[in-house]
Amino acid sequence: MLKISTPCQSQLHSFITQGYPHETCGVLLGKQNNNTREILQITQAKNLNEEKPEVRYDLDPKDLLKADNLAKENGWEIIGIWHSHPDHPAKPSETDRQGAWSNWSYVIVSVTQQGIEDTRSWLLNGEEFIEEEII
Amino acid sequence: MSKVTIRIPTPLRTMVNNADEIILEGNTVREVLEQLTSQFDALNASLFNEEQELRHFVNLFLAETNIKDLQGLDTKVNDGDVISIIPAVAGG
Ligand SMILES: [Zn+2]
Repeated sequence: MLKISTPCQSQLHSFITQGYPHETCGVLLGKQNNNTREILQITQAKNLNEEKPEVRYDLDPKDLLKADNLAKENGWEIIGIWHSHPDHPAKPSETDRQGAWSNWSYVIVSVTQQGIEDTRSWLLNGEEFIEEEII
Repeated sequence: MSKVTIRIPTPLRTMVNNADEIILEGNTVREVLEQLTSQFDALNASLFNEEQELRHFVNLFLAETNIKDLQGLDTKVNDGDVISIIPAVAGG
């Protein structure tokens, strides 16, 4: 289960609508205990993909390091990664599956010209993604 | 030999008994990582390919600098240095 507070969700959605029509990405920071992960801060990272930035993302490792340092300062940890799917459903693509790491939540947000369509979270379970409930 | 802290990212912590940091000794990044993988065998395949080169989906930072921009695995380390293992994150 993934807890996203309303302010965190608004922050996330504003990063994404501002970045449209490009894919935007970033890091989810927070705490986890047992089966619940709670997002306490959301950071945006640079998408280094210049070839197809509307359908691909390569998260700048420097931004991941910065997020890791921020997490450590606050007693949090990196609990996952977010990225947007401009004009596509909030479901992981094959590229997402191939690049995924276990033990992280992958939040995917579907966005169109009209705004945010859908927000979902996914966890790698073996080789496949399973959906994680967002509360 | 220098005493160096290695920061372990969440996805790899299950391979190191859930430690977030491990302190090891060595003179170069390579030596420190060899210490790490000799203690935690499972990590070796996640970090290195068969030629013992760093896999392209793993980045190593010495403090704030990617070791690619230094001398790679041969980069010298000093007492108190922090090496962060940063997984490459990409998708579509
Ligand atoms: Zn995707």
